[in-house]
Amino acid sequence: MTTAPTAAGTAPAPAAPAATMAQAFNTALRHALRDDPSVHVLGEDVGTLGGVFRITDGLAAEFGDDRCTDTPLAEAGILGTAVGMAMYGLRPVVEMQFDAFAYPAFEQLVSHVAKMRNRTAGRMPLPITIRIPYGGGIGGVEHHSDSSEAYYVHTPGLHVVTPATVGDAYGLLRAAIASDDPVVVLEPKRLYWSKAAWNPEAPAAVEPLGRAVLRRPGTSAVLITYGPSLPVCLEAAEAAAAEGWDVGVLDLRSLVPFDDATVCEVVRGVGRAVVVHEASGFAGVGAEIAARVTERCFHHLEAPVLRVTGFDIPYPPPMLERHHLPGVDRILDALARLQWED
Amino acid sequence: MTVLDQQPDAAGPGRPHPAPPPWHPGAQAPRTDPAPLLPDPAPVRALGTPAASSLDPELLRGLYRRLVAGRRYNQQATTLTKQGRLAVYPASTGQEACEVAAAAVLREDDWLFPSYRDTLAVVSRGVDPLEALTLLRGDAHSGWDPVRWRTAPLSTPLATQLPHAVGLAHAARLRGDDVVALAMVGDGGTSEGDFHEALNFAAVLNAPVVFLVQNNGYAISVPLAKQSAAPSLAHKAVGYGVPGRLVDGNDAAAVHTVLAEAVEHARSGRGPVLVEAVTYRLDPHTNADDAGRYRGDDEVAAWRAHDPVALMERHLRDAGLLDDEAVRQAADAAEELAARMREEFHAEPKLDPMSLFAHVYAEPTPQLREQADQLAAELDAEAVAR
Repeated sequence: MTTAPTAAGTAPAPAAPAATMAQAFNTALRHALRDDPSVHVLGEDVGTLGGVFRITDGLAAEFGDDRCTDTPLAEAGILGTAVGMAMYGLRPVVEMQFDAFAYPAFEQLVSHVAKMRNRTAGRMPLPITIRIPYGGGIGGVEHHSDSSEAYYVHTPGLHVVTPATVGDAYGLLRAAIASDDPVVVLEPKRLYWSKAAWNPEAPAAVEPLGRAVLRRPGTSAVLITYGPSLPVCLEAAEAAAAEGWDVGVLDLRSLVPFDDATVCEVVRGVGRAVVVHEASGFAGVGAEIAARVTERCFHHLEAPVLRVTGFDIPYPPPMLERHHLPGVDRILDALARLQWED
Repeated sequence: MTVLDQQPDAAGPGRPHPAPPPWHPGAQAPRTDPAPLLPDPAPVRALGTPAASSLDPELLRGLYRRLVAGRRYNQQATTLTKQGRLAVYPASTGQEACEVAAAAVLREDDWLFPSYRDTLAVVSRGVDPLEALTLLRGDAHSGWDPVRWRTAPLSTPLATQLPHAVGLAHAARLRGDDVVALAMVGDGGTSEGDFHEALNFAAVLNAPVVFLVQNNGYAISVPLAKQSAAPSLAHKAVGYGVPGRLVDGNDAAAVHTVLAEAVEHARSGRGPVLVEAVTYRLDPHTNADDAGRYRGDDEVAAWRAHDPVALMERHLRDAGLLDDEAVRQAADAAEELAARMREEFHAEPKLDPMSLFAHVYAEPTPQLREQADQLAAELDAEAVAR
């Protein structure tokens, strides 16, 4: 598509359609409800209000309360009810209002959602999508900023995805709803209002789960990241370029299934890798990635795989959160420690 | 004194307070009349009462045969644990009336949500004992096809199956099917959060669910008095806006009647019902339990005198509805069931270790494919070593 040059005396070209990540999630839900009558959205405040982040805005009005249902305020009840709906052939999409409010549903998630296909030898799959806004950086008071991905990826039977771009918000949520397995969709809430050129009328094709994508190529090192840390990594790579490092950025998109093939291909090409995420580092997703990369790419590595993560502390109060969250400087420090002198 | 206590312009005494605004639901009065929701003043009984004369004799004889077979099933399954053929068996001995009635009141397209103690209800639903006991044998997590039998897998985490029953019943209603879900839970399970959430969701969604609480007096060792201070477990229904029913859980005719009424209530679109059946676990919690540590022989003896099988037999004989021949036939059928169980369980199950990876996801992840290759190599090495 080309745009006419805008010069004095000529009409400005129509702007390319743009959307926020929140709008992309909303569009994905709308299209899923439109395309498949078995899709049902349920959660706290998802109806009249449209969700506290407005991700379900307008859905109850368009599809009715039976398709987009305000439930009582009880997360185990919401997810447990979704299990029963899926047992009867529906395809529920539940919203957990915030990361830390999803914990009451943990038993249902771990003991039933993740295991039902296995427990029933494949006779009772549960196609449930669990949407969870997660992560910090929005000035939220306690219990509103957790990065809880490690709990979920440690549970066999769950898929776990986390989009970082407007386009992926649509694509991954559609893929999650279409999946015959339960999928936890971790939505980086501080990117909800990020905007990009994206046309809700012509969304990209739905991609299979489990594919990482290289957001920025680089020849000297790669930052491996996902979700809310992607923009930080892109900024860090830009800053690194000024220091003479050509740093790539790999967006995992899907934590389970994990794209070993792409990760290893990229790491082997550059020999240096840093894993970046907001969650606490100890026994976190970054630890798993560093271990996998070391096991599989050892002879291609020029330096140990480093991790840049949040500290091993309860999520801090909002006025201190910038000291906890991995920022550009912490990433540049890690890049500097990749044994360039050898 | 805090800043909140400072009242420089305190209103004078005797000034009338305005009523709360009327727009808030429940601001002026309870939103529904609790009286019709209150449970029966005493557990409903039928056998040995005038009410029994109006019951269908064929129904009662059918319940009797199932009770006799159910008792034999409990005995045989317990024996199988002693022979190492079952890993563990939580018997429902003494609770057979609840187990068989729960299955008997359901249509084929209704759904049953059993807890781990309810394999007898599953067998009463038609599932083969070998499949019903697969979990407890230890060869697979669930033996039967839940969709074919409209019977959810046994739920071990207490009360977690109750929200599933609500969701399924809600989904059926959304689809326009007049299907009812019957969910079983014990007295201990009523303390779990999922019990509360399921009752509340069912009431708010008006879901056609019957919750059957088998109050057998103990949660493993903890007696009901340490479990709940509610007037009865059936009273808990009232707080959710749900009718509660209280029934003698050893009186199969009464349990059948009350559950059938509850199922009809739910099926007709009037929402969920909570039924508390007062019963007693005559056997220990499981074969691994020592009930002598927490209850006395006198208590057990008193409940043996109120045995569900004997109650039904006495009633049927007194009413002239059962003769020695019919009793013998029921016993023979129960023996046949036990013999079949012995035969089936004495065969070694054939297990394929590679099946471990078969049903984790619809499609195995690349990581699981690698791990399956690893296990296959280990199996090959074992085979070579042999």
